[in-house]
Amino acid sequence: MQSQTIDPAKTELNHHHAAEASVGHHEEHPDHRLFGLFVFLIAEGMIFMGLFGAYLAFRATLPVWPPAGTPELELLLPGVNTINLISSSFVMHNADTAIKKNDTRGARIWLAITAVMGATFLVGQVYEYTHLEFGLTTNLFASAFYVLTGFHGLHVTIGVLAIVAVLWRSRVPGHYSNEKHFGIEAAEIYWHFVDVIWIILFGLLYLL
Amino acid sequence: MTQAQLQETANIPALLEEPGVRKWQDFFGFQTDHKVIGIQYLVTSFIFYCIGGVMADLVRTELRTPEVDFVTPEVYNSLFTLHATIMIFLWIVPAGAGFANYLIPLMIGAKDMAFPRLNAVAFWMIPPAGVLLIASLVVGDAPDAGWTSYPPLSLVTGQVGEGIWIMSVLLLGTSSILGSINFLVTLLKMRIPSMDIHKMPLFCWAMFATSALVLVSTPVLAAGLILLSFDLIAGTTFFNPTGGGDPVVYQHMFWFYSHPAVYIMILPFFGAISEIIPIHSRKPIFGYKAIAYSSLAISFLGLIVWAHHMFTSGIPGWLRMFFMITTMIIAVPTGIKIFSWLATLWGGKIQLNSAMLFAIGFVGTFVIGGISGVMLAAVPFDIHVHDTYFVVAHLHYVLFGGSVLGIFAAIYHWFPKMTGRMVNEFWGKVHFALTIVGLNMTFLPMHKLGLMGMNRRIAQYDPKFTTLNEICTYGSYILAISTFPFIINAIWSWLYGEKAGNNPWRALTLEWMTTSPPAIENFDQTPVLATGPYDYGLENASEGVPLSDPNPLLSGGPNSVLRAEPDPAVAANPEDRK
Repeated sequence: MQSQTIDPAKTELNHHHAAEASVGHHEEHPDHRLFGLFVFLIAEGMIFMGLFGAYLAFRATLPVWPPAGTPELELLLPGVNTINLISSSFVMHNADTAIKKNDTRGARIWLAITAVMGATFLVGQVYEYTHLEFGLTTNLFASAFYVLTGFHGLHVTIGVLAIVAVLWRSRVPGHYSNEKHFGIEAAEIYWHFVDVIWIILFGLLYLL
Repeated sequence: MTQAQLQETANIPALLEEPGVRKWQDFFGFQTDHKVIGIQYLVTSFIFYCIGGVMADLVRTELRTPEVDFVTPEVYNSLFTLHATIMIFLWIVPAGAGFANYLIPLMIGAKDMAFPRLNAVAFWMIPPAGVLLIASLVVGDAPDAGWTSYPPLSLVTGQVGEGIWIMSVLLLGTSSILGSINFLVTLLKMRIPSMDIHKMPLFCWAMFATSALVLVSTPVLAAGLILLSFDLIAGTTFFNPTGGGDPVVYQHMFWFYSHPAVYIMILPFFGAISEIIPIHSRKPIFGYKAIAYSSLAISFLGLIVWAHHMFTSGIPGWLRMFFMITTMIIAVPTGIKIFSWLATLWGGKIQLNSAMLFAIGFVGTFVIGGISGVMLAAVPFDIHVHDTYFVVAHLHYVLFGGSVLGIFAAIYHWFPKMTGRMVNEFWGKVHFALTIVGLNMTFLPMHKLGLMGMNRRIAQYDPKFTTLNEICTYGSYILAISTFPFIINAIWSWLYGEKAGNNPWRALTLEWMTTSPPAIENFDQTPVLATGPYDYGLENASEGVPLSDPNPLLSGGPNSVLRAEPDPAVAANPEDRK
């Protein structure tokens, strides 16, 4: 392969984006990645839909819900946590807006704040777990509560790790720019997704 | 293939002259080329077919006599559980993904899948999941609650085996989801500019419908299995009635995936048959749009029929009616496909080679399975034969007579493209004859057994069923023997078969417009379509693409046969070819 002459016109055809030419033959087109992410989130959303559907089915089968003897859930801490998570979605959006203006410093600050807010949500959730008066196997509601919030918490953790990852990558000047910011955009979309799922979850478990 | 031949056949530029795989050992490594991954999928899944087939023969050997005399009931339970799990999750579903991986980029003129590395990740989840599942036999606690793993039975049989089953299926489901994301993005974003969505080959339409179905239904199974694993490992009681849980909720979650799974297993091969029949009968496909949209209709309807597996589980009557009606409606888009294939065959110049024989066998046996499916959709009949061998007969006519014959038809059809060599037709026909005899001998008597009342999933039965069971068992041995001509033929032809050339079937779809096997990145320049994929009736094109012209479709220039005026006789009904 190395000894052959490379036709520059052909190379041009293979690599529409000169910046990506160094990646090799199998570069992934940014538009495809964004679309792929949305398709992936449909699958993620369907896992949660399955869990929500099961929760509603359990609720419908049992005459009393939550089953008798389940301690009342405190609303203050999860309420504050919810406001924190919803706000963090707006903060995350600022990071995206900043990078689209080529403001890497601004984007990094907003990313850092989002990561801290996400981590705060997780700490709040763990704190809530340790202070609840029921355990995983107390009854059907308790089990569903822990599995659903825990599965969502896992997704928040992945989101925080994704944000930390793009923050780490953005330390290289010019890694993200007005033209090229798929990482930040993907983390943002994922973060909004996690947020929307939490709003449904909060409504189902705490309010309904 | 030597460098000179490569250059000669397709004007491959120097940059691309070396194919992705240089020695056979490369197939065992991590590769991102979609063609290598496609073949890896196909060969891996075929190995699991052989393993699952051995298990089926052990099950049948046990059932040859009414007594429990060949294996213990526990081993028997594990055998039929593993047989079903392997055949579904490790053979038919990955084989469909294998063809899709190999063919989609070629058919739409793309260099590769949208996410080549994700593609490799999706494939490399399958071997560990399969090894994990089969290893459960070695640890002495294989899953034995049936492939449905219904709680509460699955919660009391064996924790280790059941846990292994859940992890293995979750891994395979993840692989399936990642694959379908790749197919959807590739199909929607990477078609060549001249390929309007209504010029896409029907296999691509079928994979589009399949992938959408995988994307929506598989995650729900994952959710069900997550809850089941908590029941199994952490002591929760989601599906355990003793703790207030509801096992029927598991059945809903399970069948929300596993009913669509039968369409995930059949739709890709509907697509393959839609490619094979027009090419080998030298006629334009009848009702292109009808076939394309009926795939989408099957996909959608497939999502709202799951509870027909649960007519005896105590669901309300009005719900039974709803699921009975929606299930029966699926016969309509399926019938559209069947009649379109028959209309394509009608008056065609049919070439009865191995691919075509398997395709016709597919249509015939699938119709039997489809009709018994409509029978089972009727609530009163289903209650009568529920969990009997009638159901076993039905599902094997659909999945063996349908999917497996479809896989073989597709292998025979695309073998020249994948390997650059022709298969031996004589041994292909021997394979077909043995398969069709074995298949009907094994599964036809099961209808009668079911109507007589023989239960499925039992090692011991009433002696009055003995004769029919003996016939089934000997039929299953013929099926086992039928694989040998295929394996030997495939290996021998791959090594020493007659050279195929680029387009041995004189086909018009894009995958035949490049070298056999295609070079890495498939096409040396972006192809331009001049016509639809099935326009075999066009004047001058009735014999397909002349082999002397390496890339007629790509040029579309004055010498391109596909720029020719349509034959007025054929063009009389242009709607059929749109």
